Amino acid sequence: MTTTVLDVEVPARAPFSTVLRRSQELSIIDLGGNQAVDFLCYDAADTAKRYSAAATVAAQHNIFLTTGSVLRTGEGTPLVTVVADTCGRHDTLGGACSKESNSLRYGQHTRFQHACADNFLIEGSKWGLGKRDLVSNVNWYMNVPVEADGTLGIVDGLSAPGLEVRLRAETDVLVLVSNCPQINNPCNGFDPTPVRMVVTEPERAA
Amino acid sequence: MSTTATTYGARDHARAQAGTVVDTMPTIPATGAPAPPGVDPAALTWAETVAGGGYTHKVLARGTRLRLTDLEGDACAHLLLFNAEGPWERLNVADTVKVQWNAYLGESVALLSDQARVLATVVADTSGRHDALCGTSTVDHNTERYGDGAPEGPSPAGMPLFTLAAAKNGLGPRDLPPSLSFFQGVRVDAEGGLEFTGAAGAGASVDLRIELPVVVLLANTAHPLDPREDYTVSPLRVLAWRDRPTTPDSPEWTHTPEAQRAFENTADYLTARGLA
Repeated sequence: MTTTVLDVEVPARAPFSTVLRRSQELSIIDLGGNQAVDFLCYDAADTAKRYSAAATVAAQHNIFLTTGSVLRTGEGTPLVTVVADTCGRHDTLGGACSKESNSLRYGQHTRFQHACADNFLIEGSKWGLGKRDLVSNVNWYMNVPVEADGTLGIVDGLSAPGLEVRLRAETDVLVLVSNCPQINNPCNGFDPTPVRMVVTEPERAA
Repeated sequence: MSTTATTYGARDHARAQAGTVVDTMPTIPATGAPAPPGVDPAALTWAETVAGGGYTHKVLARGTRLRLTDLEGDACAHLLLFNAEGPWERLNVADTVKVQWNAYLGESVALLSDQARVLATVVADTSGRHDALCGTSTVDHNTERYGDGAPEGPSPAGMPLFTLAAAKNGLGPRDLPPSLSFFQGVRVDAEGGLEFTGAAGAGASVDLRIELPVVVLLANTAHPLDPREDYTVSPLRVLAWRDRPTTPDSPEWTHTPEAQRAFENTADYLTARGLA
């Protein structure tokens, strides 16, 4: 029997954070479909050890995440493992939207729209984290392919309502989430929607 | 009695070593180094050859041209950039590839900060073998691959070299984001798989134009996807000289609409700051 220790809905555009104890599992459920879920994680005992997109893709020789992928620190240490995935493709390259990068991608008129970098900053501040702690992040349910000539872009997602990705903590980890508020590209189908977060505790061996 | 048994002898022995020249060392002042054709030797500000497994760092002025050269064909220049005026602004690899719609580094690519400004621009490239996705190597990775990853060991990893270079600029491990690497290529296949494509050969070079005052960190260490059994990395030549920043009439300024907005943001910042 597993025990559910947390079951919350994160509203559209909102941040979220929690600490997963080692071996606990976090399910991220895409309720509305095509919702990008920006995600960072840190070793809870030493937040200087944090997710590294570069170390993660280099170790698995692939830019996409799916079942079996291990999210690693900059030192190569496992933080979480993807143990189940009904979507099948998640992004490691695009990083978070920010008010600043929106100004480049879409124009200065987007400068004051909601953005993931601000979500990460405000939620991270609750844990003593600042701007220096924000690095290239995972985007669950976001589809960022690279063409043969290097062209890279956020395209329509492969997700749908009810799809789920489940992560197992390999050590105690702090999880920082921005339920992406982006409305200028297809990462959310131009329509940010809520996601559900479920943390479960597996049965301990006697 | 040996010649170094007294303080006088030891002092003479030490001083007699001055002027020794080796292949991998800085030239100080840089104006004493050979200048590239067309460059006034008096404009040189940095001339150094970094050994394989070595690192270096420098604060460079806006308008500097920084040339990296893979002397023997096995260099791998891992690079990080910070705004020297406020190092909380730093290279953002995700924005660099996402905003400009391209995963590969090459001529006219702007190296973007997390504040939507241009830290440096790639203005020349005879290599075409670079990587913005895999970052640098870790102690654990090099220990597993080569038996050692320590900075002073036979096969230094990139992370501890960056950590040392960062520390000497008042920055800590939390300040190190994913890095870029030049001279060892990686390509992405249709399934997202990463393919190591190696170097372009001896003599390839990349020129960066520095757009803001920057802290430059460089680690010359084997690429994490390098499949060769032996730790293989050869000397990296670093040369910088006073030149000019990118201006609205430069092709890089209008290379993409996104780059143009980034250059405009940079100019806006510099104007307010009294730097341009």
